[in-house]
Amino acid sequence: MATTDPGPPGPTDVPLAPDAENPVEAPVDRTAAPARDAALVPPDVVAQTLGEYIHGEWLRIRGGESGMLPVLLGLVIMVAVFQVISPHHIFLSAGNIVNLFQQSAVFMVLAMAETFALLLGDIDLSIGYVGVVGAAIAVQLVQPSTTAWPWWAAIIVSLLACALIGALQGTIITRLGIPSFIVTLAGLFVFNGVLLIVLAFGPFSGYPTLTGPQANLKAIYNLMWGHISPAEGWIALVVIGGLLSLNLWLRDARRRRSGLVAPPVGLTVAKIVLMAVVGSAVVAVCNVNRAAVGTLEGVPWAIFIVLGVLGAWTFLLQRMRFGRYIYAIGGNAEAARRAGIKVQSIRTWAFVLCAVTAGIAGLLYASYLGGLSNNVNGGQLVLYAVAAAVIGGTSLFGGRGKAVHGVLGGLVIGGIYNGMYLLGLAVQWEFIVTGGLLLGAVTIDALSRRASATGRA
Amino acid sequence: MTEASVDEPLLRVRGLAKSFGPVQALSDVNLEAPAGQITSLAGDNGAGKSVLIKCISGIFEPDHGELLWNGKRVRIRSPHDSSVLGIETVYQDLALADNLDIVQNMFLGRERLRHRTLDEDDMERAAAETLASLRVTTVRSIRQPVGSLSGGQRQSVAVAKAVMWNSKLVILDEPTAALGVTQTAQVLELVQRLRDRGLAVLMVSHNLNDVFAVADRIAVMYLGKIVVEDKTTAFDRQSVVEYMTTGGLGVKTNGPRAQTGAVDSGHD
Repeated sequence: MATTDPGPPGPTDVPLAPDAENPVEAPVDRTAAPARDAALVPPDVVAQTLGEYIHGEWLRIRGGESGMLPVLLGLVIMVAVFQVISPHHIFLSAGNIVNLFQQSAVFMVLAMAETFALLLGDIDLSIGYVGVVGAAIAVQLVQPSTTAWPWWAAIIVSLLACALIGALQGTIITRLGIPSFIVTLAGLFVFNGVLLIVLAFGPFSGYPTLTGPQANLKAIYNLMWGHISPAEGWIALVVIGGLLSLNLWLRDARRRRSGLVAPPVGLTVAKIVLMAVVGSAVVAVCNVNRAAVGTLEGVPWAIFIVLGVLGAWTFLLQRMRFGRYIYAIGGNAEAARRAGIKVQSIRTWAFVLCAVTAGIAGLLYASYLGGLSNNVNGGQLVLYAVAAAVIGGTSLFGGRGKAVHGVLGGLVIGGIYNGMYLLGLAVQWEFIVTGGLLLGAVTIDALSRRASATGRA
Repeated sequence: MTEASVDEPLLRVRGLAKSFGPVQALSDVNLEAPAGQITSLAGDNGAGKSVLIKCISGIFEPDHGELLWNGKRVRIRSPHDSSVLGIETVYQDLALADNLDIVQNMFLGRERLRHRTLDEDDMERAAAETLASLRVTTVRSIRQPVGSLSGGQRQSVAVAKAVMWNSKLVILDEPTAALGVTQTAQVLELVQRLRDRGLAVLMVSHNLNDVFAVADRIAVMYLGKIVVEDKTTAFDRQSVVEYMTTGGLGVKTNGPRAQTGAVDSGHD
């Protein structure tokens, strides 16, 4: 045996393990503790039945790997609490639920915008003002007394302007290697200034409005306040829900058939049922007449805009190469670079998409306000967006999160705003509660990162 | 001093030199990596092992010397050039994205598409086949994130990723450095399977256990030169250690840390 030999003269700090002649023979890796391992594996990839799935999900949450469940749980608790303590239990009235959706829509879309930056491990602090600058351009262009552009042209130009801003900031961040935090913090100030300049044009000088009989004003005003008829709501539900369910069912069935990793049948069915129940509930609630006088019923356009953005960005992030690369860069930028991914260009495009999505949120916001004024607080909007994304389950440290997390987080933020208002609590309490929730969400995120890091060691 | 081979080796390095400013990192390096054999590159820290593999994998361009691929002279100026030839390198940091699953990592940068969207089914099937053929079977699910794997499993995934692409030469940089006994055995078995598939393997290691366990050939580097290169059977532990520490056999040195007993702890 090597160890019993005296060794050669001279420095020999070369490792010589005891049984060097005998290659170790145990080929099975028994090092990963089973419980720890189970806690970090997504249950839908190993579970055979719905029961196993629920058990696996529970293990994962206990292991600190949160996913979407904490925010769903939080939403349920929030709804229950506000329903119980709101005056006349008004929180879950049809009118208030639709109101809540509309209040949350801006946060939801802005949070989905922020998700692009967060997935990269970056942040974009400018999107509040960037989005509102885009909206201001659209609102100014459709003003009948000045340019009187058609609404669609105004929207296209406003989103292009946002894209340009995103490209500019993204280029500075990637090509000059300046941290996104600083570049977009500068952007927050710059585009606040640009907003004031854009708003100052025209006869309203700072307060362009969307109220008026002209079709182009109405079109943008209706982004938030327009709605479809009750019958159209049900048709939309059947068509959209049917297509999504069919797609989900066919995909899972195909994967199960070809022996690929697929969720258990029970889970697929549960997802489809859940989708049908939630969809029907939303349509039913929106179809209740919510006007005090006259009729006001039907699903608001804003819900479809949010769903459209959600669908588009979910498809892009989960099904397309570009999305895969965003996750890869957020997870390990060096690995992505070595895999031949053009990291700089993907990051720049992510900032472009971030800004364009912010432009959509800005349009919804302008519509919500019925115009724009020069005291719009884009700085606060972006902080709500970051909070919504993180509360929804997107990681601040990059690589983890989905568009749908922004939607759920936006609903939480909107719900707090709405519930506090119903309770007649002043705005300071809303800030404090939102801040507390954000801190809680970030803590969950940080703890789950630590859990997965120690799980590997 | 090397065996007389009838066939030209898959990769032959001839007279390679590389310097960084005044530091001569490699000088007149000759090395062969024949197909179907594991060539182990041993050497103490700073001997130039890393620089050499980076010259082969296209991260550095050598100052002098040539690389012969199947007997033909090639220039490797970028990692892309080397992967086009069929050279894949697994560095110590593995270059895996923890948030992506095994399939996603194995296809990173070379995703298969269908109708411009990711063809997950096809990629999953191909990845499963590769893992099965290498008998990497300890993972619970091929769809679990790489961050949830053990060190040995991560190393196995990185190696499997490297052999997916019709690679002919796989370079492994200290594949067992961070692993425990069981996981080391698992990875070494995998390395032997690569050889059995007819791949040329160039394994950088200064763990002599691993070297003697799997290597067919050993090349020892000392101060930027290959001082000896031969079949494993031509060496014993003492001679390899002596080559690594003094650059030759029977060379007396006044090393500052002269010691007699062999040590069994790793060092960095």
